[in-house]
Amino acid sequence: MSIKNLERRKFDTLVIGAGGGGLRSALQLAEADAHVAVVSKVFPTRSHTVAAQGGMNAALANVLPDNWHWHMYDTIKGSDYLGDQDAIEYMCRSAAHLVYELEHQGVPFSRMDSGKIYQRPFGGQSQNFGGEQAARTCAAADRTGHAILHTLYQQNIRAKTHFFDEYFAIDLIKDKDGFILGALVLEIETGEPLLIEAKTTLLATGGAGQLFRTNTNAHINTGDGLAMALRAGLPLQDMEFFQFHPTGLAGKGMLITEGARGEGGYLVNKDGERFMERYAPHAKDLASRDVVSRAIATEVREGRGCGVNADHVMLKLDHLGRDVLYKRLPGICDLSKTFMHIDPAEEPIPVFPTAHYTMGGIPTNRFGQVVVPVDQGEESIPGLYAVGECACVSVHGANRLGGNSLLDIVVFGRAAGNDIKKYLKTNRHHRLIDEKSVEQALAHLKRWDEPVGDGSESVNELRAELQKTMEDYCSVFRTEEILQQGLDKVLSLEQRMKNVRIQDQSKVFNTARIEAMELENLVDLAVATVKSALERKESRGAHSRIDYPDRDDVSWLKHSLYYKEGHRMDYKPVTLKPLSVDSFPPKPRVY
Amino acid sequence: MRFKIYRYNPETDKKPYMQDFVLDEVTDDMMLRDALILLKAKDETLTFRHSCGEGVCGSDAININGSNGLACKSRLSELKQPVEVRPLPGMPVIRDLVVDMEQFYHHYRAIKPYLTVHDPVPEVEFKQTPEQRDKLDGLYECILCGACTTSCPSFWWNPDKFRGPAALLQAYRFLADSRDQSTAERLQELDGPYRMFRCHSIMNCVNVCPKGLNPTEAIHNIKKLMIKDLI
Repeated sequence: MSIKNLERRKFDTLVIGAGGGGLRSALQLAEADAHVAVVSKVFPTRSHTVAAQGGMNAALANVLPDNWHWHMYDTIKGSDYLGDQDAIEYMCRSAAHLVYELEHQGVPFSRMDSGKIYQRPFGGQSQNFGGEQAARTCAAADRTGHAILHTLYQQNIRAKTHFFDEYFAIDLIKDKDGFILGALVLEIETGEPLLIEAKTTLLATGGAGQLFRTNTNAHINTGDGLAMALRAGLPLQDMEFFQFHPTGLAGKGMLITEGARGEGGYLVNKDGERFMERYAPHAKDLASRDVVSRAIATEVREGRGCGVNADHVMLKLDHLGRDVLYKRLPGICDLSKTFMHIDPAEEPIPVFPTAHYTMGGIPTNRFGQVVVPVDQGEESIPGLYAVGECACVSVHGANRLGGNSLLDIVVFGRAAGNDIKKYLKTNRHHRLIDEKSVEQALAHLKRWDEPVGDGSESVNELRAELQKTMEDYCSVFRTEEILQQGLDKVLSLEQRMKNVRIQDQSKVFNTARIEAMELENLVDLAVATVKSALERKESRGAHSRIDYPDRDDVSWLKHSLYYKEGHRMDYKPVTLKPLSVDSFPPKPRVY
Repeated sequence: MRFKIYRYNPETDKKPYMQDFVLDEVTDDMMLRDALILLKAKDETLTFRHSCGEGVCGSDAININGSNGLACKSRLSELKQPVEVRPLPGMPVIRDLVVDMEQFYHHYRAIKPYLTVHDPVPEVEFKQTPEQRDKLDGLYECILCGACTTSCPSFWWNPDKFRGPAALLQAYRFLADSRDQSTAERLQELDGPYRMFRCHSIMNCVNVCPKGLNPTEAIHNIKKLMIKDLI
């Protein structure tokens, strides 16, 4: 494919990714009569938002007293004070409105006798700034992500959004002045590239859970947008903070929602001890995810794990009764029966901390604009936005609270949509496309079209090695020595990518080629993650260093920024000043 | 374990064929999706859709030993050998196990699968009792995998006119929602000899649904609403 006969399309806005974040932005824009295209490598309802189970946080106070300010405090504490307090205030203030809006759009939330939306307790939630447990998570049984994603897709059908289903995004197109002008994408069915020119481009491509061997994520979660940003010369923020969900099905990875503990389930070790009472005397099993994951890993490390290999703990649910279980948690009952032959109404479920969520990402502000540091402050990249798991606003800081990611995607999906509307008013015309940038993107694609590498490596083996390396060298507990070894290993994998040759050179629905490009993306993100982790010499949230066991607010109350070129690190301050209320200054974090 | 897999690459094959595969590394807890991934590691041209691996994304519906289902929820130890794997029936094949789903999505869009409310919306949620909400159970969980519609003989005969079980299940999902205000329009839209009334209660859809849903019952309920509407 040469640049001359490259097919080109023009839109006001290009949205890459059709999960909740992308679809919520697209809806905002389509309803404002902007010409919007959504590109997704899978049919929209296959996006990974569909797998979110437990729910979405908003201080509706339907079950227990609540207000957004308490939610804000919990989120900041949960983030181990690395979250930006302006963005967190904005998110928590908007939450109730966004839930009501989703309800009006058709989300089948579970209900209380009063007819109001059902809310369940979740980890890290409190009333009155650290007091009693709150019940803040709005749920549609344990299929809340499915309910929200399908509803948002349905609303986009109504709004007649233009979809490019099964198109894979290759690279952003950028001009000399730093404007983002759209992206080169690949139609998977035909294998033909397509240039989508857009005045604004929004990345909503989700996280990179496929970095790790055992993960709760889908096959598609390869962090494509994050790697595209790196290749466009942009930094990634706080990549060392990767969330391990306490309760993945042991050895398999499928997610068992935190809602299981929210409904009253609890964890036990091989002695039948409810061990969370030792680690978090107040919140117990509903402490923050990083706390519970470390506790489980410690129990297993100290020989109190269950099973023949003593390599997991048990999640006990049978005391809740069959009726409650099958009413409130039908999805995980089905999962557990299908994949483990275990009926949770009768037996406990074996669980272990499992790679789950990318807290880091493309640095943005609370308007969804992608921002980079300049001299004394930061400036936005004109025409580029990012929302959801691929973005780092940062509302999750060093540890995300359960129930805050479904909230994140709709709050900032809408916010980015609104800001794009403003941008389009003042930038009414497409800029001239930078043909050199297009050529570069085409060259990237061509590398996989031709038998370039010597064929001594395969995509499949390298991916397995990468995932194993990340699991062994960049997991729940970390040290300088292990991280340094891990970095050497991922850097050598980066070199070995050059030798990969794909055998399948056909065009039509060539998934081997897609998987090769996804692996390229994962390798870049593995380096970003391990490098950022090696450099951060403290323990904070999900980043737990045995050699630096304490949080160090003097040296490390700052965001990491990783650049691909030269594997360079930079840092920027955390925004401690909220929009309207007083700041929550860092203090010791106990649950 | 032995497999017979439908192969077709439009660039190189004049017509489709069945290819034999043998996989040694099979364990008790493996699903068909795991096997397909291992086979693809040996022959990367083998092409199929898959994603979440836990039966919620709906990507990997295929025909397994003559019956539609999700590869990720089909346990190998429960399948008769050689496991015969084919694309969903009645759909144009793009390559190997990947079919063109556009016809299926078209019918889904056609039933207007979104809540329609004419009254002004409240500043809080619409009230809905638990009993009203219970009516949506067994309907909203659909993952649009297409297993039901492509197992339906009525759909095979009239793929352009009959909406098919998946779309009709979603039509009823909105008819059953206490918040929706376009019952008359929805019923009118489904009237006529083809769109819904091609359903002859063969119930293949119920037998294959990987989520245990019952489109036949939903269609029956729509018919009851139509009769109620008449009287």
